[in-house]
Order: sequence, then structure tokens, then C-alpha cells
Amino acid sequence: MSAPLVGQGVDRVDARLKVTGKARYAAEVPVANVVYAVIVTSGIARGRIAQLDLSRARSVPGVLEILSHENAPQLPGAKVKQEGVDRVLQLLQDPSVLYADQPIAVAIADTLERAQEAAALVTATYGTETAALDMPALLPKAYEAKSAGPRGAASSSRGDIAAALKAAPVSIEQTYTTPVQNHHPMEMHGLTVVWQGSDHLTLYDTSQGIFGVRKKVSTVFGIPPENVRVISHYVGGGFGSKGSPWSHVVLCAMAARAVGRAVRLVLTRQQMCSLVGHRPQTVQKLLLAAQKDGTLSAIRHTTYSETSSFDEFVEPSGVQSRMLYACPNVQTSHHLVRLDVPTPTFMRAPGESSGTFALESAMDELAYALKMDPIAFRLKNYAERDPHEDKPWSSKSLRECYRRAADRFGWQKRKLEPRTMREGNLLVGWGMATATYPARQSGSSARVRLNQDGSLLVQAGSQDIGTGTYTILSQIAADVFALPLERVTVELGDTALPETPVSGGSQTASSTGSAVKHAALALRDDLIALALADAASPLHGAKPDEITVDSGALVHQSDASKRDGYASLLTRSGKPALERALKNEEKAARAQYSSHSFGAQLVEVHVDPDLGQVRVKRVVSAFAAGKILNAKTARSQFLGGIVWGIGFALFEHTVRDPRTGRVVTRDFADYHVPVHADIPELDVILVPEEDPYVNEVGAKGIGEIGITGSNAAVANAVWHATGRRVRDLPLTLDKLL
Amino acid sequence: MRAFDYLRASDVETAQSSGSKPDARFIAGGTTLVDLLRLNVERPALLVDLARLPWSTLEPVANGVRIGALLKNTELAYHPLVVRDYAVLSQALLAGASPQIRNMASVGGNLLQRTRCSYFRDVAVEACNKRSPGSGCAAREGYSRAHAVLGGSPHCIAVNPSDMCVALAALEATIELQGPRGSRHVAIADFHTLPGDHPEIESVLEPGELVTSVLLPATTAGRQSAYVKARDRASFAFALASAAVVLDLDGKQIRRARVALGGVATKPWRCPETENALVGKSVSATTFAEAASHAASGAVATNDNRFKIRLAERVVAQALAVAAGTA
Repeated sequence: MSAPLVGQGVDRVDARLKVTGKARYAAEVPVANVVYAVIVTSGIARGRIAQLDLSRARSVPGVLEILSHENAPQLPGAKVKQEGVDRVLQLLQDPSVLYADQPIAVAIADTLERAQEAAALVTATYGTETAALDMPALLPKAYEAKSAGPRGAASSSRGDIAAALKAAPVSIEQTYTTPVQNHHPMEMHGLTVVWQGSDHLTLYDTSQGIFGVRKKVSTVFGIPPENVRVISHYVGGGFGSKGSPWSHVVLCAMAARAVGRAVRLVLTRQQMCSLVGHRPQTVQKLLLAAQKDGTLSAIRHTTYSETSSFDEFVEPSGVQSRMLYACPNVQTSHHLVRLDVPTPTFMRAPGESSGTFALESAMDELAYALKMDPIAFRLKNYAERDPHEDKPWSSKSLRECYRRAADRFGWQKRKLEPRTMREGNLLVGWGMATATYPARQSGSSARVRLNQDGSLLVQAGSQDIGTGTYTILSQIAADVFALPLERVTVELGDTALPETPVSGGSQTASSTGSAVKHAALALRDDLIALALADAASPLHGAKPDEITVDSGALVHQSDASKRDGYASLLTRSGKPALERALKNEEKAARAQYSSHSFGAQLVEVHVDPDLGQVRVKRVVSAFAAGKILNAKTARSQFLGGIVWGIGFALFEHTVRDPRTGRVVTRDFADYHVPVHADIPELDVILVPEEDPYVNEVGAKGIGEIGITGSNAAVANAVWHATGRRVRDLPLTLDKLL
Repeated sequence: MRAFDYLRASDVETAQSSGSKPDARFIAGGTTLVDLLRLNVERPALLVDLARLPWSTLEPVANGVRIGALLKNTELAYHPLVVRDYAVLSQALLAGASPQIRNMASVGGNLLQRTRCSYFRDVAVEACNKRSPGSGCAAREGYSRAHAVLGGSPHCIAVNPSDMCVALAALEATIELQGPRGSRHVAIADFHTLPGDHPEIESVLEPGELVTSVLLPATTAGRQSAYVKARDRASFAFALASAAVVLDLDGKQIRRARVALGGVATKPWRCPETENALVGKSVSATTFAEAASHAASGAVATNDNRFKIRLAERVVAQALAVAAGTA
């Protein structure tokens, strides 16, 4: 028997295609007769378009059409807001302007350059209204959110905070703020749209959720979903911004319909700041109280986040404060402040990333107030079961994460007092934080086909957003049939394939991985039944549970000489292939448990005491996230998450002009993400964990947990180095001078 | 972007006659201009490419070194003569941009690189005196964390973003120009102009005039020089404040010091008060701190960039210590 592929760090099956440029992305799919569309955006944040002057734009050679509210067709479903990740779009249906850099026209021309030039020559005059842009000033107008979106209720309460506070000898109350951030995946949003007649179309889109795009497009245009095909074979990063269909997707389809040609549209990096969502700024008020021995007695986490004037998105920053520590008295709530800005959206670990910054900073502050080591303080309040849901964990290895990360880091040498460690002229600080992210699973489906030549085809609609979905699904299916990886082909990213959920919330391995495993197991049962019923099979007459698989053949468990190769079995049967498609529901056993991934993030920073420059020198992180399906792609996910956490802590900040709402940090010279020089050796420890309850593949999700806690660990390390507590991210040098 | 004609100039005369037309722009490495074309900040009708002109060498001359204007930043930064005798210049170049950009960027282009003011670079913002003279300045009342505290005017507070020019200022380089009316030499201190009432004018270059070379004076002080740059991340970020320091030492005694600031001013900024405060003093942290406290004298801050004053003083103090070998 060959060793299982699941768990091994096998190379990505699509790696060669990607590094040789053969993987075609949405905006480079070869399509005949294609023309180009460029979006024109508003210069103001709130008001109405008074006049559009298109004369100069129309005179550019090669221009086919300029769409605006003056000539765009009224679309039947333009204003329909669906459940889930759907957003209200701006589709040139009226002259209103709701945020800066909102779409107000689309220029379509025979070349990209001519479309760009036409777009540049569109001029608009506006009736400008005063825009609401100052969130801190508008906090008094905040209203309580109706829900925390997919994270359940907007507020929670257990125990009696007031009584706990009265009795607690030690408490801290602080406000933490996090800024607007943009996802900025390397591949900008873009698509190519081809209409077939007046009511069928194909969209080659870059999407984390092609079925959501299909639903949106069919609704907006009032055509049946089956007439809309969305293809997304490769995605160059999404991080949440590609989880919802945004205005440009529909605008490109409108453009293609208007000119009767295939149309290609790619957002500029500048447009990525306003057209595809962002992480909203938050103001988070934390109140923590404890007994003298370090027992937590109260947590109150109040979150304010911005949303747009016309849609709602809640950054659920308080959710982890409900369950991360054993504490009898906990209150959380989420409030929204309406601004004249684009609608925010999910961005890698929405809630937990911004929320762990606040909670884990506050925990650090309270630990110091108690003169306790920060890890010891967390162990003192270790939650042995989920205190919010009042359920046992399906698995939890956080204690092991703390221990292994601390050992590797040398944490026991840490001094409790800040500003006590130096290296040369530089101040040295060690900080830590807990990482956590829920293990989700959604219903998903898959189709598995065993071909007559004994090769396997796996099909699922699911997109691979760069995380390695093609690879892990290959591994899962290959193991069920004991086939080598090269005998398995995985096809993804097409609404013509079985329906799957959005690739978000770290749930693809859990949801679609389980569906593939389930379908493959069912197909293997079919295959075994076929062999047992076949008089010509060496396995004829055996019982199903006596049969196993080995190297592309069914084998009798107690007599290895009895084997029937898949190819010969299928050839004898006369079937060209054997196929199974099924829809897999959430694993029933999950309901009795609470399932989360956990981790410990330990960080060393060096701070120049004169210049305030912070450099992360070392990160040691340990994660327990159920079964690791691929050690290599998993490690990449953790590393990427930690790098995001460093960027969250030190750099990332979308700044809007206080008067106009226009994003000022419009390119990568102004919007800083970490570069190589900012990233030291990252030491990731994968703590083995078996979870029989969470789902069929035992994986808890790894895409987002890396960013949780890492921002707080950096900020806590900066405090330890300098004695300066910065509660307002990003932690730039001016805050330390 | 606007369609434009492209001319690869085969000789200086062609370059100058084509390049002096009002709608023409010279292009060398293109690391600033191509950005601005794509952003519609620059909309020339003609690009005159200088790549074939014979100005890509570095050669020792009687009183120092002549650096061709088309020499790439990478070549200049790693030239052994520069690394040894003008360390501050090598350090400043390597503190700027990324290897890919340094491989493209020319010395002349770096001298003339445009500001990174985001209001200048966003054509949807109407008020920018540099882009559209007389329209106002969006930065003054806008987001100005990166803007100048020195050398600004009511009409413009855009920072000169060059690292190289700060080193050239401390080295007292001379710029050699060649125009339709002949050649001339301009001291680096006089090459860039303050925004004043005309932020759209950034240097003394006249239409059709080209930078042909940069002259560095012969000096041994360049061996005791340093560039210190404070920025938001470890690499590939413009300076929030930077300092170039060249020390002429007699043992522990400072004979002469030249100090320039970057990232805080509308042009590469010499600090005469700091320099004067160092003359005749002994090398010490106290001396450096005291002298550095004058570095940003006359600074005017906005709400967002007040920190740059203190930061400027501290990069100067640190650069002095590095140059003196006491850091």
C-alpha cells in the first residue's frame, strides 16, 4: 500500500501552468472580436450628476459607446438585494452619487488605450451635497446592527457585568481603532463577457463565488440562472473582495450587450480602492476585569464599524470575545455608522482580525496590570468548552500551541517589565497573542468519474483562489482510489459543474473537500458492487467490506492475489466510465460541538528608540487546525496570514481625503503592504490534531487564522520594547516618536 | 492615455530641437514619466527618448568625478569609486526605490523626479498648482502626513522625493546642462527651485535644455559620510525624513560638515545652522544632538506632519554618528 497523499506537502498540481503563464486568468481568456470597457468614476462623494459632457470622449477614434445614466437601459433587478454576500450595486440607473469614485459612465472602444482615453475625457458637473465622512465625529449617530451577518446575533450577553466589575480588583477599559484597508489582490478584478443572443451569456470572471455571480447577473437582467455561465479557472488572490459580485461585473455585461460584442474590463489599481469593497474602520471599546489571581471576571466588547449610506456590512469584531476565554460575564455588541463611502465587505478574517487586535491587546494590558506573564494569564482562563455556545469543542489544542510556540521561541527568558531588553541601540520586545477562527462547513457538491482507462476526473464548481484547492481535491480523491496524483484530474471554476459555496470563510477544504470525498467513496462502493457482481472478476462473490483499494485496483483484504484493476473491470463491464455526483450536507455530528481552529503567535520586534521604526525580527506561531491536507500549501496559508497580520499592525491604511472622501492612498507607493525586507524568518509549527466531528476530511480551515492575533502580537511586542501602548493601527513611527 | 509620437533621438541636436516643443517630454528611464502618463498627469504629444545619447559613463576628471546623466542608478550605486569615495551617494541610491526601478532610472531622471504628492497624481482633484497653475493646493488642508515642513509656500507643500539628490546636496555636486544656447554649470543648491508662487516650475532647466552630467568635487570627506533614511517600511518606501552627512574630520575634531535633509522639504535641503554648529567641535553624541536640533529650523507643519520636525532632527543626529563611526 502506498502512503496516503493527504497530509503530504505535494507540489501544487497547477504550479507549472502558473509559472509558465499557461494558466489563463479572466482578463486574458482568448475571445474573438473582443473590445474594451473602462469605467469612469465620480469626483464627489455625495450628490447628483448635473451634467455629463461626453462630446470629447465620443470623438476619440474607435469609441463604440459611452454608457451613462442618460442612456443605460433600466434593468429589472438593478436594486434587488439578495441574501448572503450580495451587495447593492451602482449600475448607471440614476444620476445619484453615493460615494467618491462611484461608477458614473463606461467607455467602450476597440482598443484598451482608446477606451482609457475616452474615459479620461468624460467630464461631469455635480450638484454636490455635504458628505458624511468623519466616523469618530459621527459615533453618537451609531445604531445597533441587526445581526453580525454569518456570525449570528449582533449582540450577546451572559452573566452580570456590573456585579462582576464591582467585585473585581483589577480592570482596564480602553478604546482600540483599526483603519480602512483594501484587499488589493495581485490580480485586479476583471472579466470578459460574451453574450450568446439576447438572453444567454458567459462571464469569464475572477471570482471567489461564481454561483453568486450567476445569481446576481440573472437577477439584474431578469433572465433564468441557467442562461448565465460563469467561469473562473484561476484567481490571483481575492481575500474577500472577490466574494461578492460588484458593479463592474454587471457593467461589463451591460457594455457587451450595448455594443453587441465581447467586452473585456479590468479595474485599475486606483479603482480597486472604491469598487470592490474594503475592510471598514472600527472603533472598539474593551472592558476587562479580573480577580487578583488572574481569573477573568468580565469582558465587554463594543464594536463600531462604518457602513455605506445604502447598504450594510458589519465587521463582527466582537465574536471571538464571546468564546475565546472562560469568563462568566461577557457582553458583546456591534454598531454601525453610516458614511458616504462604498460598502465595506469581508476581508481576510473579517471580525477576528480586527477583533483579536482589540481583545488580545487588552488581554496584554490586563496581564501586565496583574503582573502576570501573558501566556500564563491566558492559560489561567483557558476555555475547556465553548462558553458562548455552551458546547464541548470538537477538538482544541490551544494549550499545545502555546507550549510548543513558547518553547521554540524561548519565551521563558522574557522579562515581564517593558523596555528592559536591548540589542545594540535597538529596543527589543516580545509579544504574543492567541489566534482563532471558526471551522465552517457549508453544503457543497461534487462529481467524480472513473474513466475506462482507470483515471479519475473530479468536478466541482468551486474556484481555486490561489490556496491550492486543485491540489488538495486531487489528493483527497486519489487516496480514495489509491491512485497516484497524475492519474487524477480536477476541474473547477465553472457554473456548469456541480454547485459549491463561496470560497470564503476558510471553508472550501471542509465543504467541497468533504463533498469530493463523499462522492469518491460512493463511487468506490459502486465500483466494488460492480466487481462483486461480475462473474469474471477475481473478487466475484466476496463481501463489500472485504474489499480495499491498492495502486489502481480493487483488492481482497485477506488475499492480495485477488485483485481487479479499475481499467479491466470497467472494460469488461462495457461502461465507458462510472460516475457519481452528490450534494453533501454539513456533517450532522457538528451540531453537538463547537469547532474552531486555534493558534499562538509569538513575535519579536526591534524598535529604533530615536526614529520609532519598528521591524519584526522573528515570528514563531503554532496552529492546530484539524487535519492538515497538504503540509506545503497549508504552511503557505499560515505564512500569508501572518504577513497580513504584520501589514495590519504596521502598514496597511486606506486614507480618505477628509473633505472629498476620495482615497488618497491610491497606489502601492502610498498603500503600504509588507515587502520582503519587512518579513523575517517565520517559523510555523503545525500541531497535529484529529477531529472526528468537524467534517468528513477532518480539516478545520487555515486560510484566515494566520492573520488573527498576529497584529496584536506585533503591537504587544512594540509595547514590551518601548513601554508605549499604541491602540490605533497602523503602528507607524510617528506614534512612537 | 493620450496617443503620442515617439522619437528616439540619435544626437543631442535632434533631441533638443524636438524636445523644446511645448508638448514634448524627454524620456530616459521612464520611471516617473510612464507613471504620470498612465495617470493622465502628463499628456505629451511627443516623447523624445534620450537613451542613445552618449552620457552613460562615470569618469574621474581633474577635480573629481563626472557622472553621465544617463548612467543607471544601479551602476552609479555600485561603482567602486562611488562606494569608496562618495559612500553617502551609494547609500542614498540603494535606500531608494527597488532594484528593478534602480536598473531603469537614470541619474538625470532622478534629479528631475516628480513629487509623490497624491493630489498631484490624481487628476480628479482639481486643486493642484503644480499640475494646473492657479488652481490651488488640495494638500494643505487635506491629508498631508508625507508633505513638506520646509521650503513650502501657500501654493504648494509637495516633497521632493529623491534620495540621490540629498546626497548630491551634501556632496555639493554641480549639474552640467546643455541647452540650445550652450552649456552651463549650476550648483545643486541652485538647481531645484522652491515652489513659491510657481510650484509648476521645479528647476532652473529651460525648454530644450538637458542635464548632461553631474560633477562631484574631489574630496576625502566622502569617505566619512552617511545616509540615514526613516520610512514606513524597511524597503521600497519614500523617506519620511532622511539625512545625508559628509564630515571632514581632523582626528576627533570636526573641520567641516555638510548636512542635507530629504523627505521633509520641497527641494533637497541643506542645513547651514547644523553645519555651523558642528565646525570646530569634537565628535560626541552631545555635539551631534545639539547641532541636529537646528536641522529643521524654520519648519512649518500641518496637522498631519508635525512629527517630521523631530524626525528630521533625529535622522541628522543618527547620520552624524554613523558618519563619524560612533553610532
